[in-house]
Amino acid sequence: MKHCLSVLVENRPGALTRITTMFARRGFNIDSLAVGPTERHDISRITLTVDADEHSLAQIQKQMHKLVNVLRITELPPGERLERELALFKVAAPPERRAELTALRDVFAVRVVDVGGDALVFEICATPEEVDAFEELVRPHGIKEVVRTGRVALGRASTVSSPRAQLVLH
Amino acid sequence: MRMNGADAILRSLEAEGVDVVFGLPGGAILPTYDAFARGTTIRHVLARHEQGAGHMAEGYARASGRVGVAIATSGPGATNLVTPIADAWMDSTPLVCITGQVRSQLIGTDAFQECDITGITIPVVKHSWLVSDVQEIPQVIRAAFHVARTGRCGPVLVDVPRDIQEAELEFEYPSAVDLPGWRPPRRGHPRQIREAATVIADARRPILYVGGGVLNADACDELRELAEVGRLPVVTTLMAKGAFPESHALHFGLPGMHGPKWSNWALNKADVVVAVGARFDDRVTGKLSAFAPGATVVHLDIDAAEIDKLRHADVPVVGPLKDVLAALGRELAGLRRDGATTTWLTEIAGWREQFPLRYGSGGMLKPQAVIEALQALTAGSDVVWTTGVGQHQMWAMQYLQCDAPRSFITSGGLGTMGYGIPAAVGAKAARPDATVICVDGDGCFQMTCQELATSVLEGLPIVVVLVNNGHLGMVRQWQDMFFGERFSHVNLTHHVPDYAALADAYGAKGLVVDDEDGLAPALEEALGCGRTAVVDCRVDPEEHCFPMIPAGASALELVEYPADDEEVVTA
Repeated sequence: MKHCLSVLVENRPGALTRITTMFARRGFNIDSLAVGPTERHDISRITLTVDADEHSLAQIQKQMHKLVNVLRITELPPGERLERELALFKVAAPPERRAELTALRDVFAVRVVDVGGDALVFEICATPEEVDAFEELVRPHGIKEVVRTGRVALGRASTVSSPRAQLVLH
Repeated sequence: MRMNGADAILRSLEAEGVDVVFGLPGGAILPTYDAFARGTTIRHVLARHEQGAGHMAEGYARASGRVGVAIATSGPGATNLVTPIADAWMDSTPLVCITGQVRSQLIGTDAFQECDITGITIPVVKHSWLVSDVQEIPQVIRAAFHVARTGRCGPVLVDVPRDIQEAELEFEYPSAVDLPGWRPPRRGHPRQIREAATVIADARRPILYVGGGVLNADACDELRELAEVGRLPVVTTLMAKGAFPESHALHFGLPGMHGPKWSNWALNKADVVVAVGARFDDRVTGKLSAFAPGATVVHLDIDAAEIDKLRHADVPVVGPLKDVLAALGRELAGLRRDGATTTWLTEIAGWREQFPLRYGSGGMLKPQAVIEALQALTAGSDVVWTTGVGQHQMWAMQYLQCDAPRSFITSGGLGTMGYGIPAAVGAKAARPDATVICVDGDGCFQMTCQELATSVLEGLPIVVVLVNNGHLGMVRQWQDMFFGERFSHVNLTHHVPDYAALADAYGAKGLVVDDEDGLAPALEEALGCGRTAVVDCRVDPEEHCFPMIPAGASALELVEYPADDEEVVTA
């Protein structure tokens, strides 16, 4: 089962390495990881997606909590989070297919951000599931290159301090 | 006060109350050694190898209950500390390692003796710091000691580039730490403690399964109080040997792969297992699914991550064991039923009568006899034992009787061969009035015997009792039992090196024993000589360590000493 963890860490050298090393060492897998600054310059937010059963998830949280740079770990349940992923798709687009491809803009919230002789670059910012769906849609046309940022997530404004969403360890 | 970074390191260590450090100088740590030369209240013990310095710091920490400090230079000096750091990590030994690093502007350029020691050690430290500004030194060292000794104890590393040691700062030692992400548990939950007391009071066959956490928590008195209040049998793991008096009527040995049958059976047949600062290590549990299969588990630990890691805890209590055990003892006192455990205690004692430790006689000197002689000679005196890793370690565990906390110091989790001699030197520095005896194997001895020089020259006399079977004995035993007697690269010989002559060469006293008659006189001479001594006891290489629970088996599959082998001596 996939779980989304939002982790606040001190913005210090090596903070991310300590987390990823812990995952590797204890045999946990990270599906997706995104790091960025927060409203405070000295704190970064890491959004982690992990595929783990409840037992492993508890271990992951407890082991992470012991890391000195980790300030807070919050599990964001599916119904209580907002999530986005940014992706760029370079898709083969010979002149005769171009109109068909650009028409996808009507279905998905995508933009065409670059046009070349035989390819287009789409930008999509959506939930990871929508990005997956878009990828499947353009795949038959020939995907030349893809880059995805990984999931970023926040608790919804209405549930930001919900005790259920916030996991406080001892 | 204006000073350079190197002086600031020493002033910080002094402010932490450090009295001894263990180290070896080199290029990138030179400014700090210059600060030693300029003056400090701290004693520096010069090791012959950084691994030795690290294990000395561990031995010091384990014997004293304080934080051990090891110092080394960059590159190879630092990598030589990796084994002690990993050892301290596995055994939760509080350790601060300070390493020199190449100059800041050279970091990342593959400079001479550069290595990314903070990177290398990430999986085996609680935290580490690469100091990038001289102003940080006091705060970092303050934080390093705080992290090492709070929560679950363990190692930390402070890496200081050479130019940072030379830069100047206005020194002031901080009174508080600034670690917003470090919040170890402060108290156990009262409701959980009450629940634990109820479960224990209702048990018919309860047992306290005690690990090294009790020693780190300085909670041995509270443990004893709890055991006595509830009339609860106690088994102590290798890491907790001495945490509960082994001569106490409620002590029932050490569980695990080479623990006696009664200890393992007691755990296996218990209906309530109270794990106290213990972590369900595979060397204790054997096959995990068959470990204490019918038991309700109460798990008391400072580290929340140990709860449910390997065995589900029905009643977890996360908190400092000193307070948790005291509170649990008080709760239990109100609930106990007199005589509730009498039948159970009698049953375990019966197994002890029925299945005593045994070993053979005849032929060469038996290793077990060496340990028994040592025990007899030292009974009642203030002794700190250290060991290497292997058969001799298991025999020491089986045949030595430790009644005092911090009197048995061994490498449990990592199983670091060569731990014994340097750990003994460190223990002697911590406890100069105690007799410090290292029970070592011949394989272990050759990994760290250079520290005999440290022992001799630093005035830290230790007695090394070498259980010399001429082999990597435990490996040999496994090859014999599980690899069809195909002995592969385990023969070290009894005579190369000549251990007594080597001891002499180091300025220590060397003695050789090869039969039972010579044993007591030689050990007495070594113990009485007041100098560093090595007693080379040449023992039977054929002797295996029994009982043994084969890896992955359950306690009920314990293999005892083969009775038909030879005439049997009962210990």
